Amino acid sequence: MFNVQIISIILSAILFLFVIELVRKGVLKEKYSILWFASTFVLLLLAVWKGLLDRIAAIVGIFYAPSLLFLVAFIFLLLIVLHFSVVISRMSEKNKKLAQELGLMKLKIDRLENQASDDEK
Amino acid sequence: MKNGESKKVLIIIPAFNEEQNIEYVISCVKKELPYYDILVVNDGSWDRTGHIARELGAIVIDLPYNLGIGATMQTGYRYASRNNYHIAIQVDGDGQHPANQIKKLVQVVGDGMADMAVGSRFIVNGGYKPTMSRLIGMRYFSGLLSLILRQRLTDTTSGFRAVNKGVIDFFSRTYPEDYPEVEALVLLHKSGFKIREVSVDMKDREGGQSSITPFRSLYYMIKVSLAIFVEMLRKINK
Repeated sequence: MFNVQIISIILSAILFLFVIELVRKGVLKEKYSILWFASTFVLLLLAVWKGLLDRIAAIVGIFYAPSLLFLVAFIFLLLIVLHFSVVISRMSEKNKKLAQELGLMKLKIDRLENQASDDEK
Repeated sequence: MKNGESKKVLIIIPAFNEEQNIEYVISCVKKELPYYDILVVNDGSWDRTGHIARELGAIVIDLPYNLGIGATMQTGYRYASRNNYHIAIQVDGDGQHPANQIKKLVQVVGDGMADMAVGSRFIVNGGYKPTMSRLIGMRYFSGLLSLILRQRLTDTTSGFRAVNKGVIDFFSRTYPEDYPEVEALVLLHKSGFKIREVSVDMKDREGGQSSITPFRSLYYMIKVSLAIFVEMLRKINK
């Protein structure tokens, strides 16, 4: 039990710091980091505060408390992936609109150019 | 055609690598209906589709990459909406929709008998003979949509359609993506537009095999059924 706790603390601490570092460097946008912060923070909290972990495990009915960590991590991952699906859908919609506008605009420019060259003659 | 001629009409032809057929399609339409504007929406073709269409005097919109049939059609409707066309007709780029049947569709919409006219191959049985797996899919959707729309429909997958200004504006805002024909009907019905089928003679595909295999038919049926289900639940901002 003791070893599991140490490993959990180390891993979630590393993950937490890594997320901070990514945001600090501007690689990960703040907008998309919120769920990551929340999940790593909760994992770290549960890993450090063993009493809380045991109590929640007892309430939920999990005999081996550390496996609650996996459940929490899994739920957060599901949320993150779902969030990404929403983001991707939104982006593909914007992308489509952009491409359509580009096509319409190219036609407009072609026409204006033709008109301009006709006027010169 | 007393009504049709005074109105601004646009023929929208979506085309993806149709250099084999596009010349035939455009010249047929031009010969039959010289006073209609023809718009070819070139969905990122890498062959000479756009070039040929321009040579023949069609208006051509080149999309920067392949967007799929739904987004391509919607681009055409956007163009029609912004340039104030009264009626738009979609005609496939592969030559299976005969130009001499277009007037029939325009008349129904132009006379205000419906907001959308759909050219049906099955009201009167003409020469059109689909493959078995295709036929099953078509029957299935006709049954399903007849139930949802509470009106008898025989050819819900037909892409041969004419619409009025109201639908043009609606489609320029909302148009389904992957297999849009069936979904578009549900969408229009939910938004209170009137749909009417018109009997047309359609040929089998000009040259080349259709890409629809039994497996794809099944995939198509499942995907569109799901889309219809979602469509029924969704809020539409008209």
